[in-house]
Amino acid sequence: MDLYGLVGFNILVGIGTIALITVGLGVIYGMMKIINLAHGEFMMLGAYATYVANTHGINIWIAMLIIAPIFVGLVGLVVERCLIRFLYGRMIDTMLATWGLSLGLIGLMTSIFGNDPRGVPTPVGSFSIGHYAASLYGFVIVVVAILALAGFYAMLSLTRYGLIVRATMQNPNMAAALGVAPPTIYMATFALGAALAGLAGGVLAPISGVSPVMGAAFIAKAFITVLGGGAAIVTGTSLASGLFGFIDTFVSFKSTPVIGEVALLLAAVVMIRILPQGITGRFLRRSL
Amino acid sequence: MSQSPGTRRGFLKLGAALGGTALSTPFIARHALAAEPIKVGVLLDQSGPLGLSGQPMLQATQYAAKVINDQGGLLGRPVQLVTYDTQSSMQLYTQYAQQLALKDKVAVVQGGITSASREAIRPIFDRFKTLYFYNTQYEGGVCDRDIFCTGTTPAQTVSHIVPYALKNWGKKTYIIAADYNYGHITAKWMTKYTREGGGQVLETDFFPLDVTDFSATISKIQQASPDFVLSPLVGANHLGFYRQWAAAGMKSKIPVASSVFGLSNELKSMAPSVTDGIISAFGWYPTVPGAGSTSFSDGMAKMFGPNLPMLSELDSASYEGMMFWAEGVKKAGTVERLAVIKALESGITIDGPSGKATMDPATHHVIHNAYLAKAVAGEWAIQDTYPASPPADTAAVCDLIKNPRMDKQFIVNVD
Repeated sequence: MDLYGLVGFNILVGIGTIALITVGLGVIYGMMKIINLAHGEFMMLGAYATYVANTHGINIWIAMLIIAPIFVGLVGLVVERCLIRFLYGRMIDTMLATWGLSLGLIGLMTSIFGNDPRGVPTPVGSFSIGHYAASLYGFVIVVVAILALAGFYAMLSLTRYGLIVRATMQNPNMAAALGVAPPTIYMATFALGAALAGLAGGVLAPISGVSPVMGAAFIAKAFITVLGGGAAIVTGTSLASGLFGFIDTFVSFKSTPVIGEVALLLAAVVMIRILPQGITGRFLRRSL
Repeated sequence: MSQSPGTRRGFLKLGAALGGTALSTPFIARHALAAEPIKVGVLLDQSGPLGLSGQPMLQATQYAAKVINDQGGLLGRPVQLVTYDTQSSMQLYTQYAQQLALKDKVAVVQGGITSASREAIRPIFDRFKTLYFYNTQYEGGVCDRDIFCTGTTPAQTVSHIVPYALKNWGKKTYIIAADYNYGHITAKWMTKYTREGGGQVLETDFFPLDVTDFSATISKIQQASPDFVLSPLVGANHLGFYRQWAAAGMKSKIPVASSVFGLSNELKSMAPSVTDGIISAFGWYPTVPGAGSTSFSDGMAKMFGPNLPMLSELDSASYEGMMFWAEGVKKAGTVERLAVIKALESGITIDGPSGKATMDPATHHVIHNAYLAKAVAGEWAIQDTYPASPPADTAAVCDLIKNPRMDKQFIVNVD
């Protein structure tokens, strides 16, 4: 019984982790159709922001939940102004440009901080499920993932800005005719996506460690989940991370992490074959 | 002994040069620098995931070259390093290996970090008749007359870790290993030593180098409930295991011993709350006592300043690789490959950072002091010393004196 509790908890954390690393990409790729291959590096910047803030004596929660997203959001703003805004509507070109950006960011961080992985302390302890122990930090990941998705959903559905964003993504010309400036909205949305990636990097820093090449470990999963989720960012990301997180963690527990990854990829291949537009391309089409 | 008068003349010249050194070092040094340098190829990752290990290894190699040159060089010629950054890429290893052998025509190549990289370049140096030193602790078993391995092998490290764990912690173990040749072969050695010590391996899991999330594994380990965990996990991503292990509160419940932990500045990059209590065994630690150890640490610190990471066996072995080669050249009186191999096969002993180290002629591995240490407050506290540990794993299967044409890697079979 305890074991089921532990595995259930792990599955929950696995789902939360995937949701967290995906939501930022969901905004940038899912909504704006920018293939952001630098997504992993945005996460890496968030992790470094957390690390640097923490070593300068700033409270770890403030560092990962506030400083990391704000810093990476600002980086996203600069990147959008200097690079991405020239490439809207040119999907393949954005892929090339952001790939170059990701290599550049890895090189930059390596020359500033060096290659060695840095550590951020885990701010909470552990708890026990029966006679098994698990990290309380798993709860933090799950809660942050839920808050990020819920907050994003609330913003899209309840605020005026959310309405404008949705309108601009659907039909920029019509939005412009109604008095909205699409370039500003694009800029803000890209920065928001980057900030969410930064948040993910900051929150995952204590578990994964901080190094310039850490982004590579996340990017594939993030893209698979966005594609699997489909057009509706919040619903799609939640459903796809629920499915993939469950498969990955459960199979990893039953066999090995390698087989877990294989099962995740297999599930993704099968799903894309059956639902080429992602889950929300077929079901819950009117959701956000 | 010497077969040609040329060698004897060379030897006399060297003797004269050495005698002269005592009298007028500046003149000899000037003379040495004027002569055509001996090129030494170095292939070490300076960037990418392995750059972390490669950077101090290169620094140790540079330090060794400086020590050799400060003593007047070799055969009256200075040593010059030809260095390529292999960027943690196997393709660049093979490319630069060919370049070193064919274009630069170096006298010897020092380098290679992972076993995968060694196996990528070893055939190239065999084919182009280039002497090669591999200076990393590894899974053992390479039996090839063109290569010398100065790092420790499982018989020198794992053979000490496992009995320590069986004696102090209990009989049941769980092995978590990196998913490439090093992890697989080391896991076999761990299984072998555990069974020989009357222990039991509950489960062995392998992890590709890009795995960062170990939560499922940590649950599995708890379910299996071993007395201790053995970890040949490799690389920056795998360090996540130790963090998550501590975060789950497992560190105080099940102890961990590793054959790799500590080679990449781990004790400095992670908090003592994560690392304390982890057991490892290597041929050298910065805390090893002795004049050779101190002078190596001090010399490196003096040459490269305070930003040096915590040094490890990879660095001391890189230094020793250069020094073994230098002794071989001095004894042979030439940098010619076969002569140097023969000289090294005469059983050369050097005074390295870890004390006396002797090249074993039959295996081309090093008979080496080994140490077992425990992480305590961010330092390695030496628990036990094993003087002159032989590379018994490789020696059991490899005899290059009897079979000089042997060229393979033996892999231990446990099942």
